[in-house]
Amino acid sequence: MSAQPAMINRYRWYELVGIYAGIAVFLTFILAPFVEGFLVSLKPLSQLFSSPYRFIPVNGSFEAYRTMWVSVPGFARYIFNSFFISTIVTAVVLVLVVPAAYAFARFQFKGSGHLLAAFLAVNMFSGAVLLIPLFRLMRTLGLLNTYFAIMVPGVAFLIPSAIWLLRTYMMRIPRELDEAAFVDGASHFYTLRRVILPIAMPGITVVAITTFIGSYAQQFIFALTFNSKTEYAPLPVGLFAYFGRQEVIWNELMAASFVGIAPAMIVIFLLQRYLVSGLTAGAVKQ
Amino acid sequence: MNVQRSTLIFAWMLLLPAVLYVTVIVAYPLVDTFILSFTDASLKKTTNWVGWVNYEKIFNDTFAEVIIRTFIWTFFSVSIKMIIGVFGASMLNAAVPGRALFRVLTMPPWIVPMAIGIFMWGWMYNGQFGMISGLLQRFGFVDSPVAFLAQGSTAFWATIITDVWIGVPLVTLYMLAAMQAIPQDLYEAAWTDGAGRFYRFRRITLPLLVPSLITMSMLSLIATFNSFDIIWILTRGGPSGETTTMIIDTYHTAIGSKKYGEGAARAVLICIFLSIFCLAYFRVTSRLSSGESR
Repeated sequence: MSAQPAMINRYRWYELVGIYAGIAVFLTFILAPFVEGFLVSLKPLSQLFSSPYRFIPVNGSFEAYRTMWVSVPGFARYIFNSFFISTIVTAVVLVLVVPAAYAFARFQFKGSGHLLAAFLAVNMFSGAVLLIPLFRLMRTLGLLNTYFAIMVPGVAFLIPSAIWLLRTYMMRIPRELDEAAFVDGASHFYTLRRVILPIAMPGITVVAITTFIGSYAQQFIFALTFNSKTEYAPLPVGLFAYFGRQEVIWNELMAASFVGIAPAMIVIFLLQRYLVSGLTAGAVKQ
Repeated sequence: MNVQRSTLIFAWMLLLPAVLYVTVIVAYPLVDTFILSFTDASLKKTTNWVGWVNYEKIFNDTFAEVIIRTFIWTFFSVSIKMIIGVFGASMLNAAVPGRALFRVLTMPPWIVPMAIGIFMWGWMYNGQFGMISGLLQRFGFVDSPVAFLAQGSTAFWATIITDVWIGVPLVTLYMLAAMQAIPQDLYEAAWTDGAGRFYRFRRITLPLLVPSLITMSMLSLIATFNSFDIIWILTRGGPSGETTTMIIDTYHTAIGSKKYGEGAARAVLICIFLSIFCLAYFRVTSRLSSGESR
């Protein structure tokens, strides 16, 4: 973006109205479910299940935010599980991906292009396609109904895009730096650890954030299929606890959803600058 | 040992952990799926080789219908995502006050765990008490409550719209990044020549956006084809199978009914389609990048 708002960026009043109207329509679509979800969390259950529909709560209260802890006592555990799983997954992905991305960024060898393509191809298969053999594999390894059942497949499907993102970032680090260190007698490993890693830190941060989000989002299918123990259930599966025998306790479900995503959202909004830059780095310049 | 050789060994040492991991967790299961698809594997202790039976069953079954439905579902979902994404990106690209905030507000559907967004939509689609039916009645578009997820035709579109909602942020931010990568002097030159805003958009922005549009559509196509959570949570593929896509059907067969062999045959079919998309994607992107350097 050029810093100076030149004459070219002056808008006439009707253009401004059009742009803001367009943005309003767009954001309404994006945010309406959140607004509705929040209002639902404020409504008493009796009001939710009454006709005609009312958008604004009457006698709204934060009661559901208190009762949700009572109806589903294990809720705090689900949030913890989600964070715990995502944190471990992110750490493992970084350990595997940082060296691999460096290798792809720096060393051209026979078959390196094909290997990179093979990694990217993994991205095309979601966990859902491979559920059957993964289920058998988890059973053979004795990992069913443990944290590992959710983490182990999760890591594999996050590796490809992490490699791709970090490789793009590392290719921008001038080669002269490695060569200078190498000429000074530093080993490959020393160069990676002392020269490349510090410079690549912003890129690694971006990869860590996107991996964390990815892991937070993808837990559902693995947790649904490979884990039936509530003590290991992550948030997306744990929320099903609000689906009672008779009816769904919608106000508490929504309250619990907002409580569950609040910590993640706060972190993410603080880091959103990195998010956009990460997306841009990996995406636009192929 | 010469330098070349030690470098090569070092490169492979760096790659080995990631390669091994993906081989065990992705490549091996892929092979296993293929083998399983020729067996009658189930919860039974014994597994027999049955040849092409599972594949023959697929085409005698309703699966052909499921394949067609999956393609229609994916086509509409991707198209709508791209249209809304490009629209959103061009709005957010305008240099107006508050756009940094608007950009952040675009992200939540992408960042929030999918299941939570889907629950919200599930409630909005509720027939008796949901917002969409409620507002439609209030404004007189319909006379009686519409239970969107209870009828095939509306459930089909309801699942598409939720899928679009989850996919739009990524498309929007990607297209926005692509728009901002267009050199500013092109616009200034056109502006000096007296070209209007709409003309500049049509003659500069859109043509230069084509490579990114194609790349994003292909990526979106692959992701959408794999979509599971949305349909599973909203309808489980119902009512009476009218939102059952290939992934959902595979899940029902393999995990629900424990017919691993038949499920695997379906999964192999999905893999074949995905491989075709994947090849097309590589072909297209390499052509695009070679065109760029020309």
